[in-house]
Amino acid sequence: MNELALLIAATLAAGTPLAIAGLGLLLNERAGVVNLGAEGMLLVSAVAGFAAAHDGGSEWFGFVAGAAGGAAVAAVFGWLVVWLNTNQYATGLAVSLFGSGFSAFVGIGYVGKQLGEQPPHRVPFLADVPFLGPALFRHHPVVYLAIALVAAAAWFLYRTRAGLLLRAIGESPQSAHALGYGVRRIRFAAVVTGGALCGIAGAYLSVVYTPLWVEGMVAGRGWIALALTVFATWRPGRILLGAYLFGGVTMLQLHLQARGVHVPSQFMAMLPYVSTIVVLAIISRNPLWIRLNMPASLGKPFFPGA
Amino acid sequence: MNRSFTRRIALGALLLGATLAACSKKEAPPAPAAAPAPAKPEPLKAAFIYVGPVGDAGWSYSHDLGRRTAVEKFGADKVTTIFVEKVPEGPDAERVLRDLVAQGNKLVFATSFGFMESIVKVAKDNPEVRFEHATGYKTSDNLRVYEAKFYEGAYLAGVVAGKMTKTNTLGFVGSFPIPEVLRNINAYTLGAQSVNPKVKTRVVWVNSWFDPPKETEAAQSLLNQGADVLLQNTDSTAVLQAAERNGKLGFGWDSDMSAFAPKAHLGSVALNWAGYYEKSFREASDATWKTEVTKWGVKEGMIDFVKPASFLPADVQQALETAREGLKTGAVAVFKGPLVDNAGKEVLAKDAVADDAWKGAINFYVKGVEGKVPSGN
Repeated sequence: MNELALLIAATLAAGTPLAIAGLGLLLNERAGVVNLGAEGMLLVSAVAGFAAAHDGGSEWFGFVAGAAGGAAVAAVFGWLVVWLNTNQYATGLAVSLFGSGFSAFVGIGYVGKQLGEQPPHRVPFLADVPFLGPALFRHHPVVYLAIALVAAAAWFLYRTRAGLLLRAIGESPQSAHALGYGVRRIRFAAVVTGGALCGIAGAYLSVVYTPLWVEGMVAGRGWIALALTVFATWRPGRILLGAYLFGGVTMLQLHLQARGVHVPSQFMAMLPYVSTIVVLAIISRNPLWIRLNMPASLGKPFFPGA
Repeated sequence: MNRSFTRRIALGALLLGATLAACSKKEAPPAPAAAPAPAKPEPLKAAFIYVGPVGDAGWSYSHDLGRRTAVEKFGADKVTTIFVEKVPEGPDAERVLRDLVAQGNKLVFATSFGFMESIVKVAKDNPEVRFEHATGYKTSDNLRVYEAKFYEGAYLAGVVAGKMTKTNTLGFVGSFPIPEVLRNINAYTLGAQSVNPKVKTRVVWVNSWFDPPKETEAAQSLLNQGADVLLQNTDSTAVLQAAERNGKLGFGWDSDMSAFAPKAHLGSVALNWAGYYEKSFREASDATWKTEVTKWGVKEGMIDFVKPASFLPADVQQALETAREGLKTGAVAVFKGPLVDNAGKEVLAKDAVADDAWKGAINFYVKGVEGKVPSGN
């Protein structure tokens, strides 16, 4: 059934920016830092990505600039919360507000500009397989990159020493410090890496998904990505699952409407948040789950020598 | 990255605080003429508030374009204008309006529906100032309203869509299910049916005036299900661009959007407020200004179908021209009986022409539109 294939394809495309941004935030949170600045970072990287793709003429240039923009904002955020120990929640909110104003201002000259035509993307041979081809193998490379990044992050967190260290710092920075590790440097690195990932997600939105820049175009996807980390109970694989679920719910709702089946779209729009609350409620009932997954020092500043 | 971008970043960092604080701009009056004319009256001071940024190629942009054109036509020596953009609907609007009155503006335009309560209050407190509200319905001695018959433009788009569709399925990306938008959906469908009785319309609501990624997704879901000509009443170019990427067709809305999708763009339903603003300037200057309700459409040039695609076949251009002339002369009325809704109920009797009350209370889809109007609004 061709319609179903198209629905699957649309779901993958819609879930991709959520997955990449969610993964970036997960790395932050695994290191013990909550970053409420995601929406602002996505906006800044969206405008940076669009500007670079427009002026540089290559969408890959856009992705590099987006990642750099996201990393730059994250570096400011990281410096504030890791080195100056400002309140993570307040600082994150400030970064979000900053990002939305800053991106609007920087982007004034790019409103109404457009990128060159994008060639269709096809995986050789596989793209022509009936049903599976249109559903899975005609996507922009970043859609596959998202899956690869999630796999890489899972491997890094659970199979490498550095990943173990990162998780340890999220659980008990004091112990890691006592063992002689540079907690602040590692936290900062995690924040900047997370910012770069958010940057790729932002650039995907403005360069590939909706190739235009207009003020506020991220329209709340940063907040969904944040909700996603909780929904995924801080496990990379579940980030991917959640992102496609959230993306899929939106697409299904629009798809049903186009078929004339009426589902209140406001109801669907709140589903990602409702499911996050449900997941929170479920894991809160099971202390073991939380202990296993939620970084124990999440949101707490670290003072060496304290 | 070119230099202007880097400079912009640097400048951005410097001016950030200022930008965040206020996004208001002032348009300097032109240099006064060298020869002073003592008898010359003071230029009229007029002010505009916009709900969005002026550079968005959408609703606020169209008002600002109208303001600039009207000033040029009326004479820059006879009127000075100022505008404030990105004014949130709600208490902030009232503050901005009072501020503009305090600055000595004698004619104040508020260009979004949500400014209504604010402007009613401020008008009451400042009887010596004249107020104008776009798309509202409350008037008083010094407050009048004006509105464009947007649906006439949607009707013209429908005529073109009905001729150009290959699948006989049109798509519409709607913002909110309010009468204004339902009028557009129905007019789009009726226009298409006037040239192609087999046409049906599918509607997807995004519940936002502005969410480009979601507008894209909505457009995509319509295209996936066979719609091949899309119209939208949301404020970005995303739907038109989605049509372009899929090799399908679409329209611009609010203003000329031909540059965004050269292959998909069939034409734009564009607003032109300049004529009305010029009239207001003139009436406020010679004291003929009086309270009234103005609803202008294709006839008065406030709404039009602009930049028809060069690839439109001759018979489509002909049909468009006929419909446009019909709207101008009054031979064509968009909502004229017999009309039935999509459940088969008669909503307008044979030969009856809808009045303003009827149009203001529309809460159904006409025959040919699929689905049900979302309730609870």
